[in-house]
Amino acid sequence: MRKSTREKVNYVFVELGLIIVSFFMFLPFILAISMSFMEPTEVFSYPPKFFPSSINFKNYITAIELVPMGRMLFNSLLVASFTTLGKLITGTFAAYAFSSFRFKGKNILFSTLFVTLFLPAETVMILPLFMLMSNLGWVNTYWALIIPFTASATNTFLFRQHFMTIPRSLEDAAKIDGASAMQYFFKVLIPLSGPIIAGAAIINFVYAWNMYLWPLIVTMQDNMRTVQVGVKMLISGETSNNWGVIMAGTLLVALPTLIIFFLLQDLFVKSLVNSGLKE
Amino acid sequence: MKWGKYTPYLLLAPTLIIIALFIYWPAINSFLMSFYKISPFGDKRIFAGFDNYIKLFENEAYWEALRVTFIYIVTTVIIVIILGYLIAQLLDNKVFGVKIYRTLIFVPYVISFTIGGALWTFMLNPVAGHVNYILSRITGESINWLNQVPYALISIIVASVWKMLPFSIIFYLAGLQSISESIIESSLIDGANVWQRMWKIKFPILSPITFYLVIMNITNGMFESFGIIDIMTRGGPLGSTTTLIYKLYQDAFFFQKTSLAAAESVVLFIIMSFITFLYFRFGEKRVHYQ
Repeated sequence: MRKSTREKVNYVFVELGLIIVSFFMFLPFILAISMSFMEPTEVFSYPPKFFPSSINFKNYITAIELVPMGRMLFNSLLVASFTTLGKLITGTFAAYAFSSFRFKGKNILFSTLFVTLFLPAETVMILPLFMLMSNLGWVNTYWALIIPFTASATNTFLFRQHFMTIPRSLEDAAKIDGASAMQYFFKVLIPLSGPIIAGAAIINFVYAWNMYLWPLIVTMQDNMRTVQVGVKMLISGETSNNWGVIMAGTLLVALPTLIIFFLLQDLFVKSLVNSGLKE
Repeated sequence: MKWGKYTPYLLLAPTLIIIALFIYWPAINSFLMSFYKISPFGDKRIFAGFDNYIKLFENEAYWEALRVTFIYIVTTVIIVIILGYLIAQLLDNKVFGVKIYRTLIFVPYVISFTIGGALWTFMLNPVAGHVNYILSRITGESINWLNQVPYALISIIVASVWKMLPFSIIFYLAGLQSISESIIESSLIDGANVWQRMWKIKFPILSPITFYLVIMNITNGMFESFGIIDIMTRGGPLGSTTTLIYKLYQDAFFFQKTSLAAAESVVLFIIMSFITFLYFRFGEKRVHYQ
């Protein structure tokens, strides 16, 4: 009997705690959504309003017109898609090499790659990387936004970890049937890795979509900039006080990753944890 | 060439070429550049030995950036770890609506630091922001959050904690759910209360996750925080929110101090290598490789 009242108290405590925490974590989004529908006069009214007096999409239209948001959305979509595709291809290839083959220099190559795990090149080596881009004539091009990010240690390890769980007997059977290495890769390994690849695709896409520092310095013309730089332009540009427009632009930029998260959150969370941890 | 000798090398080639070109080559370059005096357009180079490093460490502003980075990272990481662990405990219960709470709490993870910065810049706005409104209703005072010395850094820390918290929660929650029932049951029989179970039994079991999270949050704080700082304060006021990465950006791309920035890159590189070393030395147990 005593235990059950205690359980009830715990239950109420947990429920309340969760309500408070989720309220604070989600509050900025609610305010942003609400603000994005407000007229400029409403935004600066005192006391501050929490809800708009009417729903209209004026701020969204202004945001798209003020900075070339449409073009930027296209740029980000292109950059995020191609870096993701690149990372999936190079990552699965490299992981296959490490998981199924024995070869000279394997350990050295493995460590060479592993050392870069926590080294975000686009920030640590940003200056020489930028100079390299300008020597290649890649500044202000999609190449600079895509090519340096088409391979990563993280993806290689994520895929390798998964490939190693696939029974060796499948490989032996494929060999006996006379399948080539690439046939085994495309017909056995890849089809068995659907969820892992999909999860990695989501994580990589979100990461690329959210990149900021590198696109900021490597693109100079508005038509080459990405959405995250667009947010900065809205804040520091002529709209700098028009918070309705800024919030509308911000939400537009956040929308794709939010949609991905709401639709695929279980897969997303599982892959995220898998990429960092191995039980 | 069926399962040929060269197949693994061909498979590895794309990854290795890209890593070599865009990580190793710039790293070596930055190391070399840091020993030269280079004109802003890179057309003249004079060997300078350790001059750039000496200049760097004689520079008051650089020490200030080191100090700011240290305060920012230590505070953010500690708060994120403790709050992350506690919130994960709440989410580990089977209560009404837990899936909805989980979704709402995780959302800040998927947006960028830049967008996080934009949301907080608005809420902290001295005129229209909601934070000051509530503050002035309670205390009668209002604070110019982003333009006053201690408050600007506090604002950056709060916004970063909010943005980085979900990552830690996700990992702790996954960890908690993988702890076997029998361990919890036997602790119940031993009469351990919730608090004791949380810190004396579960926390030690999850220490590898804590370790991983500390490293990841340091990395995020060192680099990704650039977005939040650039949007919210641009390193100001008076350099009070200028972290190492922000200083590097300013020196390299505003002041065109190429050689000095190269030396700064090398210092950042050394700090990151040390952190990577720590991870492999002490966190290795968890990442089974070979």
